[in-house]
Amino acid sequence: MNRKIAPPIKDAIEFDLELKPYQKFTLDNGVPVYTIDAGAQEVVQIELVFYAGNWFEQQKSVAAATNYLLKNGTSTKTAFEINEEFEYYGAYCNRSCYNETAVVSLSSLSKQLPAILPVVRDMITDAAFSEAELDIYKQNSKQRIKVNLQKCDFVATRLIDAYLYGEAHPYGKYTNPEDLDALNRDQLSDFFKQYYLNGQCVIFVSGKLPADIEQQLNNAFGDLSLKAFNNQLSTIIQSPAAEKKYRIENDVNGVQGAIRIARDFPNRHHPDFMKVSVLNTVFGGFFGSRLMSNIREDKGYTYGIHSYVQNHIHQTAWMISTEAGKDVCEATIEEVYKEMKLLREDLVDDEELLLVRNYLIGTILGDLDGPFQIMGRWKNLILNDLTGDYFYKSIETIKSISAEELRDLSKKYLNPEDFYEIVVI
Amino acid sequence: MITFEKFEIANGLKVLIHRDVSTPMAVVNVLYDVGARDEDPAKTGFAHLFEHLMFGGSVNIPVYDEPLQIAGGENNAFTTNDLTNYYCQLPAENLETAFWLESDRMLSLAFSKKSLEVQRKVVCEEFKEHYINKPYGDVWHKMRELTYKVHPYRWMTIGAELSHIENATLDDVKAFFNKHYNPGNAILVVAGNVTVEGVKQLTEKWFAPIPAGEKYVRNIPVEPKQTEARSSTVKANVPLDALYKCWHIYPRTDMRYYTADLITEILSGGGSSRLFQSLVKEKQLFSSIECYHLGSTDAGLLTIEGKLVKGVKMEDAEAAVNEELVKLQNDGISQRELEKVKNKTESMMAFEDMSITNRAASLAMYEQMGDADLINKELELYRAVTADEIKNESKIIFDERNSNTLYYYSNN
Repeated sequence: MNRKIAPPIKDAIEFDLELKPYQKFTLDNGVPVYTIDAGAQEVVQIELVFYAGNWFEQQKSVAAATNYLLKNGTSTKTAFEINEEFEYYGAYCNRSCYNETAVVSLSSLSKQLPAILPVVRDMITDAAFSEAELDIYKQNSKQRIKVNLQKCDFVATRLIDAYLYGEAHPYGKYTNPEDLDALNRDQLSDFFKQYYLNGQCVIFVSGKLPADIEQQLNNAFGDLSLKAFNNQLSTIIQSPAAEKKYRIENDVNGVQGAIRIARDFPNRHHPDFMKVSVLNTVFGGFFGSRLMSNIREDKGYTYGIHSYVQNHIHQTAWMISTEAGKDVCEATIEEVYKEMKLLREDLVDDEELLLVRNYLIGTILGDLDGPFQIMGRWKNLILNDLTGDYFYKSIETIKSISAEELRDLSKKYLNPEDFYEIVVI
Repeated sequence: MITFEKFEIANGLKVLIHRDVSTPMAVVNVLYDVGARDEDPAKTGFAHLFEHLMFGGSVNIPVYDEPLQIAGGENNAFTTNDLTNYYCQLPAENLETAFWLESDRMLSLAFSKKSLEVQRKVVCEEFKEHYINKPYGDVWHKMRELTYKVHPYRWMTIGAELSHIENATLDDVKAFFNKHYNPGNAILVVAGNVTVEGVKQLTEKWFAPIPAGEKYVRNIPVEPKQTEARSSTVKANVPLDALYKCWHIYPRTDMRYYTADLITEILSGGGSSRLFQSLVKEKQLFSSIECYHLGSTDAGLLTIEGKLVKGVKMEDAEAAVNEELVKLQNDGISQRELEKVKNKTESMMAFEDMSITNRAASLAMYEQMGDADLINKELELYRAVTADEIKNESKIIFDERNSNTLYYYSNN
């Protein structure tokens, strides 16, 4: 045995990946339900996705507040009683508000569904939005913002989005304490009626499913005045900032700077999107990326540096993100641009390209472990108006993209003059 | 039920195999029984710095990450006060690559000067990012010093101060490796789409030739029982006042651990928990409040921490927390509330066991505690906790003389 010689491997690109197909049925009211029945543990996850994100609000923070307060009392139950019902059955009910969508998700042992689905039904049909609950929400959210505003990474993340999309755009706007002060319960009730009670909804279910799942869901939600999503959203125009470079001092005692460097980028339907996903991996998308190897593993400027394409539906941005020592922020930015230049000018060699291909395929193989992860992939495709075909084309792209294509894409997209940059110390 | 096979090879390495053929992947998890508690008080943060250096090349393999990535794998590691855990996940066909990489770095590191220089800087940036450049980032540094007087839990995993990391030398690194990174001090767990026979052969081939080394015998001072209340006051540039209280609890293997764990669930951890309902919703003294413990191996801490609503006095906030604790001590809990926290725990455990990576790490940690089969027994141990035990333990734990309080005031 020679320890210097690696054991033979099967190249991950030789693997055939399969995205387990979903089952689909429709509730009596037309709401589509996608299911993945798999896994060994007796657990289930149900996500009710409403088109109720901040895309639809007339005033800042209304969508997020409405979503949060769904669980904080109905006409017959207090917030405490609702929480107790979930917790008694060992179930977790979370809410999350995004740009286009807002989600109510439920994680539970499969056997407890009959007891807790009625509680979810109550929340989405009869949420009360009491004055008292809204006041507590405002007060605690304001306090949380105050703490976060002291963190350079939080400030930088808000600002870079505002520069990219404009502060009026759903992807660019952010909440200030005074926006919370301006909220009132009528706005929330109205938003609730329009976008939840009579809203557009799609449901994703995964886990080890009870045999009567279709009936259980239809009993719980099939008679509500919900509709299927019609894929029509109003267009909101981006208004990016004219100035591209910013340096901000947020904390005079700060010892690190939060750096964000970003440019606009088309959405998943653009032919370059899949290819750029591979290029991004080379550039800053994993531990062995160019940015990590240079800026962390060679220079030690940072604990971590990453690049990624934001997960937005309409249009998006390509982002580089790191926290670096205060004294080396400018040097870090210089190195980022140097890495862009290398990608524009030199071809990625075969060894590195094979490594990235294998890494990506291996990661996808690993990610498809378990029903929740499989459904996560499907949900992302469906909400982006894509089919399973997109998954298989992505795999094909990873396996076949050439070094020349990567270089051409770098020439097209990795030009420093197109990037916004901000350092917040 | 999580099934596994267990054996030990001649050099002392313990091996556990957990088969799950529903996944195309395999996980190789190596736990070294060394954490920040094993450090020299003058050289803290070393176990964690060392974790970084384990990726800087081994004696026969110049870089760790690349061969793994070429094999379609990914990896990570973490260090706590009790242990250092490394894991990688890769397509099961390429399992041998993980054996090759993990066995070589158990055999010996490359001890590269460049790697030490860079990782010292990287860890210093990690220190700054999490503990200096964040509001309230120094809380645990201060709290550990307040609560522990002799036990090495008195410093954080990241280290007591930046200079300990900055001053680390290559000799320190070598000595640490020789002392702790021996097969007898390690637990190997292989999980996923593997065969027992295959894993045995690979273990024999790659790990058996590693010399046993000298067995490290842990000799850590026991923290003496605290006999009077302690407190400390901080003023800092943060937006809100905050209250932190800690009480000493039991070692992870003590049966009373399960009672203490359920007490944290009763007090916090959900919208119907006591502290949240009473102090955030009804009295509105706190904008957030949590109760938790870290599950440490040696006797740990039960913590309550909360941020005060602007304008609320610290004394009033603390009195209200104490009132909730007295309520638990005097009135105990109902069967229904006990049932609730047990049900939550059962469900949490089921969700945690969903991925093979989690199952592999859990098996290694339970084995380090002395019995990997605890992974299957713990639910029963939680189920066996009685309302009387909750009431009695709350009297012992929340005894004023066992308390440590950190008053964290805003300068603004």
